[in-house]
Amino acid sequence: MLSLNRISKNYKIGTFGGKDFTAVRDVSFELAEGEVVSLIGESGSGKTTVGKMILKLIDISSGSIVLDGVDVSTVKGKDVKGYYRQVQGVFQDPFSSYNPIFKADRVFSLIRVEYFPEMARSEWDDKVEAAVRAVTLDPGQVLNKYPHQLSGGQLQRLLVARALLLDLKVLVADEIISMLDASTRIDVLNLLADLKSRGMGILFITHDLSLGNYISEKTVILRHGVIVEMGATEKVFGNPTHPYTRMLISSVPQLHKKWAQIESELAAPIAGRGGCLFHEAYPLAGRTADSKDDPTLAKIEDNHFVGCFELESEKTARVA
Amino acid sequence: MSLQVNDLKVYYRTLAGDVKALDGATFSIADGEIMGLAGESGCGKSTLGNSLIRLDGRMKYVGGSVTLDGAEMPIWDKQAMVPFRFREVSVVPQYAMSAMNPTRKIGVMIGELVESRGLPYKQIKVELGRRIDVVGLTQDVLKRYPIELSGGMKQRMVMVISTLLNPSLLIADEITSALDVSTQRAVAETLVSFRDHGFVKSMMVITHDISILYQISDSILIMYAGKLAEKAATSRIIQSPMHPYTQMLVASLPEVGVRYVDKKLTGIPGSPPSLLTPPTGCRFRARCPLAYAKCAEEPPFVEVEPDHSVACWKVPGPNA
Repeated sequence: MLSLNRISKNYKIGTFGGKDFTAVRDVSFELAEGEVVSLIGESGSGKTTVGKMILKLIDISSGSIVLDGVDVSTVKGKDVKGYYRQVQGVFQDPFSSYNPIFKADRVFSLIRVEYFPEMARSEWDDKVEAAVRAVTLDPGQVLNKYPHQLSGGQLQRLLVARALLLDLKVLVADEIISMLDASTRIDVLNLLADLKSRGMGILFITHDLSLGNYISEKTVILRHGVIVEMGATEKVFGNPTHPYTRMLISSVPQLHKKWAQIESELAAPIAGRGGCLFHEAYPLAGRTADSKDDPTLAKIEDNHFVGCFELESEKTARVA
Repeated sequence: MSLQVNDLKVYYRTLAGDVKALDGATFSIADGEIMGLAGESGCGKSTLGNSLIRLDGRMKYVGGSVTLDGAEMPIWDKQAMVPFRFREVSVVPQYAMSAMNPTRKIGVMIGELVESRGLPYKQIKVELGRRIDVVGLTQDVLKRYPIELSGGMKQRMVMVISTLLNPSLLIADEITSALDVSTQRAVAETLVSFRDHGFVKSMMVITHDISILYQISDSILIMYAGKLAEKAATSRIIQSPMHPYTQMLVASLPEVGVRYVDKKLTGIPGSPPSLLTPPTGCRFRARCPLAYAKCAEEPPFVEVEPDHSVACWKVPGPNA
């Protein structure tokens, strides 16, 4: 449904924009209907940049994003509204997504003014109520309240409800539960899973591997703007192959396993020849960091691709 | 017994009345113990940590006592606390990344700091160098400005500074929350190494992330709505908690390996009560599936088995 084809984002930095900085390089993956793809990366990995490009909040430097056969970057002017009918985002901080002066449900009336000016009041109220119920909230408890009267989890779910008012196909959820408490975050997560079963495609952007693992069908691991490993979630987590993925998985604090135990379970990383962006920070052997070429993604098993030079010789398919 | 806290009550003064953020806490931390303090936001965990260091203007000491190494700490008196701070009890604050003076080189800043405590910089310089090695930084950080360091490096530098005078108790308030997974692990393991090196005698690690505590702490204290809910050894809290709140909280945590399709986790319905007018009796009553008539009375926080204290009427033991 939504496919990203080798998208990149360059920023001009330095005095008078003299230098180029590549935030995202050649990222390609697909998001199907009723699928959750988790985009995992540490800070600075470009995960939010990818989300913003899908939401048309920033331009794409090269490559294309295609939604149902339409190139998103060609959507301009009046058509943008039609695009936002299908694609919406929810962001990290629920408290700053609302204007504290107005009641929280103003986000709904703004949608009505923009997209459904013709709709009768009663019909609209029913629609809002259905959307609020769909995110497992009680309309009586949350409507007609100011943002400070609601909890972070409630506000975040209201934002999802707002997105539901449209004919949504793709939801970009950028760190939407990072600011929530442990006792409520799982409810928001389950809500996403529920939306998925209704056919929505969700791009779940997170730094938390355990959350990504819990909810998604497909995992994309991003490092310095480059995909290092992607594939079916159970394969990426069950058989992490790239040294970076292994490092991430061994660093996640787990509840029933100590760090030392996880580390010993993941055998020593495969010796690399170096040269890719990963090896700048974690030199295993061989080449220096000056080489700019990234390893291409190699297919190591069905639905599991890894970008590592060590695997290039065994490469059976190039994903581009 | 390193730290002994008895029935400590600290309220916040607001126009609407007192917010009972910490309403009677009794617990102790043994020598060499790393105690984790966990709970939802607004449960009073940071209030407890801050009150052992410095009560700010809005905080009001209501009652209770704090004894550190046999000496009573006058936490209600800001001036009388001066000899204790930094020497006996020290803190790594939540905002550690911006805790250093940006206009001073780090070495100069540390010099000014220790000299303000009447110690010549030369005297601690060798030890400072040794500790910088322990946290894995290079000696030239002392000649750099804080802005030249990454978040994790600043965090570790602040940890070195805070523990320079070998305090008896170190309070670490949400120090891993803003870090990447890999840095998070390095910082958490540094905390443990500080205890092992004897830089600090015991520690109180405040966080909302229970899985971090499972990795590093010896015991965990769970708070709910300004009250203590349960304290026990880490493995006991994770594997067989007794308080219904702890049970639900631990059960709601997604971790690597748990997937929505296999096992649907559930959150805790409802939200914590307002601490302006907290309910009588057990404060978890409204959200608790086991609540019965007796819960209208306040359950005492008692030891139900060696080193395991719970505040719940449903837990068999001295309460029943």
